[in-house]
Amino acid sequence: MVTDLIALQVAGELFPNGISRYAVGGLLVGLGAVVIYLGTAIPAGASTFLESTLSYVSDQSRFQRYVSSRDWRVVFTLGIVLGGLAFAATVQSGLVTTSLYETGTTGELYEVGGLTLWSTDVQPWRLLVGGVLVGIGTRLGKGCTSGHGVCGVGSASKTSLVGVATFLTVAIVTAQIVAALGVSP
Amino acid sequence: MPLILFGGLIFGFGLGFSGMARPEVVLDFLQFEDFGLLFVMFGAAAVSGIAFAVMPRVRDSAPLTGDAYGRRLKSFDRNVLIGGAIFGVGWGLSGICPGAAYASLGIGNVTILWAIGGMFLGAYLQGWWRSRAANDAPEATSAD
Repeated sequence: MVTDLIALQVAGELFPNGISRYAVGGLLVGLGAVVIYLGTAIPAGASTFLESTLSYVSDQSRFQRYVSSRDWRVVFTLGIVLGGLAFAATVQSGLVTTSLYETGTTGELYEVGGLTLWSTDVQPWRLLVGGVLVGIGTRLGKGCTSGHGVCGVGSASKTSLVGVATFLTVAIVTAQIVAALGVSP
Repeated sequence: MPLILFGGLIFGFGLGFSGMARPEVVLDFLQFEDFGLLFVMFGAAAVSGIAFAVMPRVRDSAPLTGDAYGRRLKSFDRNVLIGGAIFGVGWGLSGICPGAAYASLGIGNVTILWAIGGMFLGAYLQGWWRSRAANDAPEATSAD
């Protein structure tokens, strides 16, 4: 009884928003990757799109190696954007209500043509500088959270497990330092 | 192509549903305020892991491409650590990674274009540098 209460309290502290929304979202992310894999045998990653799309405008050899996959990668990315939009049009706009969604206290909700959209409060310089480092790091390190994190870990790839452990650890340290320096949001 | 669009749609919807399209939620995880992200990444990995394990035994090749089913295995070298560390700093600073950034644009986060622009810039910088390095030393080809 007492241990149950303590377990509940710990769970509440570790997961103030519960785990269901995360687990359901994660299952959908995995399902999306599986749908593509079943039809095409492609383990889809999101960051190669950055380089493969650059092959349309740059003839650097590093980008040209992705010419054969660049078209479907544009379609995949477009799908992800539209998937986000579909979420905004349904759950975020209140057309579909679920107890797993909360509007949250961060960022800013705004309306456009009956759609409820959301925009971040994180400062643009963090997004820009962080984005540059993400662009360099994911391509140098052979994958991001979807390539290494979802498909690589799902493949029990040692390279991906090491990659995930590396970026997860460094990201945690970085975020804690940034927060300790008082940068918010 | 329609299948890839459909798969991407589910993928992006899942990122929106899980809150990963909001950098704030990712930063909450990295600051140990909400560990939910673990369920997203490992939940997704568990689902894809089943497919990666089962499909090669069920069929030889994919119906649409004819490609053989396999796992996602990449060779390990120093770059995995260096790149992973650089990505980690960027992820920790911004709370955003490529897939989540695309989904974030979809939920209306126009501000995220700063991050997406940054990612293209970063990808271009490393590509430009590595293309030049490859031209200087043609025998030292990259491992991926």
